[in-house]
Amino acid sequence: MPDLGQYAVYVLASYAVSLGLLAVIILASIFQARRIRARLEEVESRKDRAA
Amino acid sequence: MASIWEYANPRKFMATSAFVLPWIAGLAGVCLVVGLVWGFFFTPDDFRQGSTVKIIYIHVPSAIMAVNAWLMMLVASLIWVIRRHHVSALAAKAAAPVGMVFTLIALATGAIWGQPMWGTWWEWDPRLTSFLILFLFYLGYMALWEAIENPDSAADLTSVLCLVGSVFAVISRYALLFWNQGLHQGATLSLDREQNISNVFWYPLVISLAGFGFLFLALVLYRTQTEIRARRLKALIAQERMG
Repeated sequence: MPDLGQYAVYVLASYAVSLGLLAVIILASIFQARRIRARLEEVESRKDRAA
Repeated sequence: MASIWEYANPRKFMATSAFVLPWIAGLAGVCLVVGLVWGFFFTPDDFRQGSTVKIIYIHVPSAIMAVNAWLMMLVASLIWVIRRHHVSALAAKAAAPVGMVFTLIALATGAIWGQPMWGTWWEWDPRLTSFLILFLFYLGYMALWEAIENPDSAADLTSVLCLVGSVFAVISRYALLFWNQGLHQGATLSLDREQNISNVFWYPLVISLAGFGFLFLALVLYRTQTEIRARRLKALIAQERMG
């Protein structure tokens, strides 16, 4: 860990907030994609069964 | 040679994006790790800013990508308005939350850096204010997509909003040139070598910028795939209801 001196709180807070926000958008995108894909597969299989 | 308009076909887009997405996501991960680890652990403090200079490796790339994301949405919206390609409208919709997060990161890290360096979290400076307005435009754009039931009408209206918001995207980038006032310093990255930062900061910054760029591209492709699937899902459900 580098010596961040008197500004350590500011530097660490910047990285924590940024990496946290990036994690939120990445995870939200993954969860949304999984949810939509699962629902689409369900509806498509229902459609195939009905045909 | 394949025409770019082939990718307006959702099937073609899905196949191509599925192939390139792992590579782009991998490049994003590598560049982000190398750029941020290099910048955080292996660069010296600045003689004026001290260790707060390390915030540059996230603040500058996120701010650049916040503006470029909106400009990408503008191009995609114009393609929708002119050529009515659904994939381009969905790509613009997919990019908005990513651009919003980049704008939020730029605002938050700017505020955190500003407190020790300027003595204030916020200043109604031209660049900061135009960035805040850009952030509000992102929120408005996303809200408008959600508020309108008909996807084509939503795409039309959000395209108009995107066009209007582009004024603020441009102002965000060139605010310092338009109004030579305010606290915010000039461009960190410049094609003019005389104006550029020292190489010791420049190399990790450029790698981090590449990481943010690849991450944006990967997320937009991934989220556009999801939007295409969501659109098909909606169509199938509507078909079922009609019997």
